[in-house]
Amino acid sequence: MTNTETTTRGAVVIRGGLVVDRTGERRADVAVSADGCIAEVAAEIDPHGAPVLDAAGCVVAPGFVDLHTHLRQPGKEEAETIESGAWCAVTGGYTAVVAMPNTTPPIDSAAVVREVLELGRAALCDVYTTGAITEGRAGERLAPLAEMADLGVRMFTDDGTGVQDDRLMRRAFEYARGLGVTLAQHCEVDALAAGGHMHEGEWSARLGIPGQPAESEDLMVARDLLLAERTGAPAHFQHLSTARSVAMVREAKARGLAVTAEATTHHFTLTHAACASYDPVFKVNPPLRTDEDVAAVRAGLADGTIDVIATDHAPHTQESKELPFDQAPPGMLGLETALALALTELDLPLVRLVELLSSRPAEIGRMADRHGGPIAAGRPANLCVFDPQTRWTVEPAKSRSRSRNIPYAGREVRGRVRHTLVDGRPVLVDGELRP
Amino acid sequence: MKHLLSVADLDADDFEELFRLSDSFAEVSARRIPKVPALRGRTVVSLFFEDSTRTRLSFETAAKRLGADTMTFSVASSSMRKGESVRDTIETIDAMGVDAMVVRHGSAGVPQRITDWTDVSVVNAGDGWHEHPTQALLDAYTLRGRFGSLAGRRVAIVGDIAHSRVARSNVVAFSTLGAEVILVAPATLLPPSLDGWPVKVTEDLDGVIDSVDVLYLLRMQRERMTEHLVPSLREYSRRFGLDHARADRLRDGAVVLHPGPMNRGVEIAGDVVDRAELAVVDQVRNGVAVRMAVLWSMLGAGTDLVAEPDEQQGAQQ
Repeated sequence: MTNTETTTRGAVVIRGGLVVDRTGERRADVAVSADGCIAEVAAEIDPHGAPVLDAAGCVVAPGFVDLHTHLRQPGKEEAETIESGAWCAVTGGYTAVVAMPNTTPPIDSAAVVREVLELGRAALCDVYTTGAITEGRAGERLAPLAEMADLGVRMFTDDGTGVQDDRLMRRAFEYARGLGVTLAQHCEVDALAAGGHMHEGEWSARLGIPGQPAESEDLMVARDLLLAERTGAPAHFQHLSTARSVAMVREAKARGLAVTAEATTHHFTLTHAACASYDPVFKVNPPLRTDEDVAAVRAGLADGTIDVIATDHAPHTQESKELPFDQAPPGMLGLETALALALTELDLPLVRLVELLSSRPAEIGRMADRHGGPIAAGRPANLCVFDPQTRWTVEPAKSRSRSRNIPYAGREVRGRVRHTLVDGRPVLVDGELRP
Repeated sequence: MKHLLSVADLDADDFEELFRLSDSFAEVSARRIPKVPALRGRTVVSLFFEDSTRTRLSFETAAKRLGADTMTFSVASSSMRKGESVRDTIETIDAMGVDAMVVRHGSAGVPQRITDWTDVSVVNAGDGWHEHPTQALLDAYTLRGRFGSLAGRRVAIVGDIAHSRVARSNVVAFSTLGAEVILVAPATLLPPSLDGWPVKVTEDLDGVIDSVDVLYLLRMQRERMTEHLVPSLREYSRRFGLDHARADRLRDGAVVLHPGPMNRGVEIAGDVVDRAELAVVDQVRNGVAVRMAVLWSMLGAGTDLVAEPDEQQGAQQ
């Protein structure tokens, strides 16, 4: 999963920035050596003629890690490819993404894992993949977890859907524990959510759109917490969206359970009221919920209940997002806007933000050897440099995705990525891709 | 009025204006030749992505009585079957040069979305569970005919509110016009939230039937039986159906409305259908006049409202 090209790699010095990682923040320059590692972090570094990346007024952070990316390849290349998804990633400051398995065919076997990793090697950022928990993501039989784990897969999920069968999920936790891998769950009980297209509540009632009750998420979070406790297996909760599920995870962590959780940018920035436009760009799963849920997600991000900001970057073609609301597929893009939304909407210290976007996801995804910092000599130079003050307006047409389904058109945000380095190679310089 | 997408876009004055127009057009409809040239040269297209013979015929009759040309697009015989998107269909029809689109779709919000894809007027003729504004207008117009005004009247809407675009539009219309609205249904047939709805709720039809001026019965769809919403049509009928015993308890002058088509024996007993309280025929007749009013207020600015065809032609020569 490592970029092996050396052609454009060379010594680079990042000058004038504020270095922020989970150990703290300090004014420092960062020298990157030709082997792709950080050579030196010091207050003033003389570049000695080496290329300089200007970081004045900027934050130098460990590259972001997205635990939840839909790259759509194989199968839906008209919506996104691993190549174009990686363009979005480095544009947003990400140096690693973890692909979701709901492709066609699904990533449920060594063969498909190999294909995705192979395509990922040519991408601008590191591409990791999840594997499906069940064959075909059908929720009926365990997928060959060990075979995929042998290829480096460390997270398994049926994302796009949750594993409905309680007995199967129990066995999956038991089996996964022995393999040292983490099971990540898209928590949604189909029996309650089926037929729903937005959060069930005040707005679904008014708009006449069938709803999905919050309990469809809460029930599966509750079940998985019980099963994780029984089996002792690590459980990761994907895209928490309800106040109740955040509260349950908080309580479980307080009791010492080895559980982790993520929240998406859209679940702390948008509510179900957005669906009043009937524009399916606001259709997503789990759905946009209430103000109270948004507040709970924000509180969870602030107090550590939620470990990770994930994007759930989910590209869909323009045609499919022009279908009627109840026929359009759920999902929105996220990689290019996550940092700006987090900076604009969350009042969190930079160190905490870096934890949420980089260090914690790197640990949970078992890639802390390469990603997530700290920014120190000898570490792989997977870095991003962002200006936390730059204001800009989101324009979906300018996305580097093959799709345009960004729900923030026209929104003023603050904070923009200037440079991204993957293994010391500047793949994004002043916002421009350097493939 | 550019579009008619939701009753919520109309205030009490808008209703009154449309009702006055409807009075004029009701008079036209009663003529020997029930036709005026107010929209001559205009084209109204009915886009029915979901079948509805009654509403489509009512709109087309309205358009024709105003002298407009009409076109019909129905999904069963259309390119939608070949995978064409709504947007492509709209852009194709738009390119033919039409003046208004009357849209029925099984999905909520489609008429609203269509306004992003065309500059012509769009009338919502029913979208999913969302709204059916002209039904609410004709219902309110029918009640205005009976009562003069809806202000202070008590209206009970009975049955499957949750899945009813008629109910959503009527709650807003009736309350905008000053009526008190009571929803009569079990929780399974109510919307998941009534926050912001100007209504009272009860499950006890017998407790309110002798105090209402209007009993509005909704159609109960058989498919709801498979969704655990009511145990059986029989039980539904016993709790919420209008039989003679209940009809006898209605106040003098009370009116029973139903958007049609009726399920005899479910929401209304078969032999109650002929009682005097039932205003279903008025509803259908008023539907044409109200839809004429809607189309005219969108497209007819500057034309003579109710001129006889020959007079109008004479004036132009």
